[in-house]
Amino acid sequence: MNTKTFFAMLARDGHVARRNLVPMLLQNLLQPLLFVFVFGRVMTTSGLMPVEYKSLLLPGIMAISMVLSGIQAVAMPLITEFQFTREIEDRLLAPIENGWLAVEKVVAGMIQALIAGLVVIPAGLLLMGSGVSLSFDKPFEFAAVCLLVALLSAAGGLMLGCTIGQTQIGLMFSLVLAPMMMFGCAYYPWSALDAFPLLQKAVLVNPLVYASEGLRGSIAPQFPHLSATLVLIVLLAMDAGLLILGLKKFHNKAVS
Amino acid sequence: MGIGIRIQDLRKVYDSPPPAAAGASGFSFVAMSRGRKHKQKTEIVAIDGISLEILAGEVFGLLGPNGAGKSTTVGVLTTRVEPTSGRAWIGEHDVRREPVRVKRQIGVVPQRPNLDFALTAREILTFHGAYFGMNARDRSRRAAELLEKFKLIDRADHIVRGFSGGMMQRLSIARAMMHDPEVLFLDEPSAGLDPQTRLLLWEIVREYNQLGKTIVLTTHYMEEADSLCDRLAIIDHGRIISIGTPAELKASIPGGYLLRLRFNSTPAELMERLRQLPGVREVRNGDHTATDVYADRGGSLIPGVVSAASAMGVDLCDVHISEPSLETLFLHHTGRSLRD
Repeated sequence: MNTKTFFAMLARDGHVARRNLVPMLLQNLLQPLLFVFVFGRVMTTSGLMPVEYKSLLLPGIMAISMVLSGIQAVAMPLITEFQFTREIEDRLLAPIENGWLAVEKVVAGMIQALIAGLVVIPAGLLLMGSGVSLSFDKPFEFAAVCLLVALLSAAGGLMLGCTIGQTQIGLMFSLVLAPMMMFGCAYYPWSALDAFPLLQKAVLVNPLVYASEGLRGSIAPQFPHLSATLVLIVLLAMDAGLLILGLKKFHNKAVS
Repeated sequence: MGIGIRIQDLRKVYDSPPPAAAGASGFSFVAMSRGRKHKQKTEIVAIDGISLEILAGEVFGLLGPNGAGKSTTVGVLTTRVEPTSGRAWIGEHDVRREPVRVKRQIGVVPQRPNLDFALTAREILTFHGAYFGMNARDRSRRAAELLEKFKLIDRADHIVRGFSGGMMQRLSIARAMMHDPEVLFLDEPSAGLDPQTRLLLWEIVREYNQLGKTIVLTTHYMEEADSLCDRLAIIDHGRIISIGTPAELKASIPGGYLLRLRFNSTPAELMERLRQLPGVREVRNGDHTATDVYADRGGSLIPGVVSAASAMGVDLCDVHISEPSLETLFLHHTGRSLRD
């Protein structure tokens, strides 16, 4: 690999992301933060939800925020750049194997996903007020889950970005992302689905389940959660699968 | 000194419309649910066995109508299109096996500007330089030089989305030259340019060629091919029809002059009389509306044509005389005008 080219492409994505910083933050963070405020502050303060819900919700919101930003950070530019204008061709003609451009996009997406996820913690603490209890005594597990979730979202973004066209972006949100968020165990733990055994099995195909449960297990372990080993294994497998599929699709788009 | 290009038995068959032509097509939910068996398979032969050699330091033109296979050939040479069979080399490097080494040697100006819309004109050049490993000082110096040369300096720090077609085209060429490639590909460089910018482009291409660089351009403008290229290949339906210097190619037209005549009827006897006129080399009456007469003279043949026609009671309705040109050459080889 040609590292100079790789980092120049990463610098280009960083430059563009900085230029679009405010709209990007609004796009990725506003919705989760509103959710944090309404459910974590309004509902708990009014007594409709117990105070403990704050700590249960926060890791879930973090997972949503990471997954959404990662997917969007990779998929949206790819969809645009592979359009009729073929803006990406400048980089496809750079002296590096095409696959590394896809990897670069994934790395850029992971960085954005990590930022979007980590910002949720201080923002959540601030918005939710007192009563949030998070523990950071498993830093390695937390770091591993964060990295794998970031990779999951960015690789998923690569796969989606190389699969769908500009006209189907709306469908991607309503058919893929919306059900994923609702059945991603972000707003409730997986064990809460005990009363719906079929649904409980079905949601296991949803990658967000492992993101939410993994983060919950690492920073709010007082709530029921899937085992860390299971979460890490499944995340790793999903990451590998999405990355391989995404790279293959990227190659087909890049070379005709 | 520049490097040469070799193409051997190149074929490219698309089994679906090429992605660029397909535009915004992604997956379709209907097609997905019905399965692939119902999809009609279309085969488009874009390149049908092309072999040719382009010498180091020459300006080589691929001339042909739209859809002839010029852009696909450039696509293969620039690593963006995978050939179905055959091989191609840029210098010593095989385009399929060593794409990275090939990409280092080439600069590409695409048919449609594919500029990075998220960046300003200057950034497009400096980032391009960075992808090619240029250091910060060199790339800002070279970017400034090129912006000046291509008359883009007043808009250098604007996002390119609002640029006119001509400005985008100029910037695309500047970008292709940014890393000082040994081979420059220009795919339809003057499409959509005003005459003044076209002249500027020609001047820049000649100047770059004088540095010893190899230049490959595709065009369907005869004038451009004629005035810029050292050698030309005429391509139609994915095959090379003819190859040589513009002068050699023009000399291959029988007689040199082409008279396109239109009669109200074309009896075989009239064709025979035309063939016997002095200086006539070949008479073709392809589609019964136009008769092409290849001859070594132009206007002086008309009185003979008129008297031959009136002797048969046929009216001559239209006459068009072309002097020796690549246009006539194309017509001679394909029976079609370049603009058809």
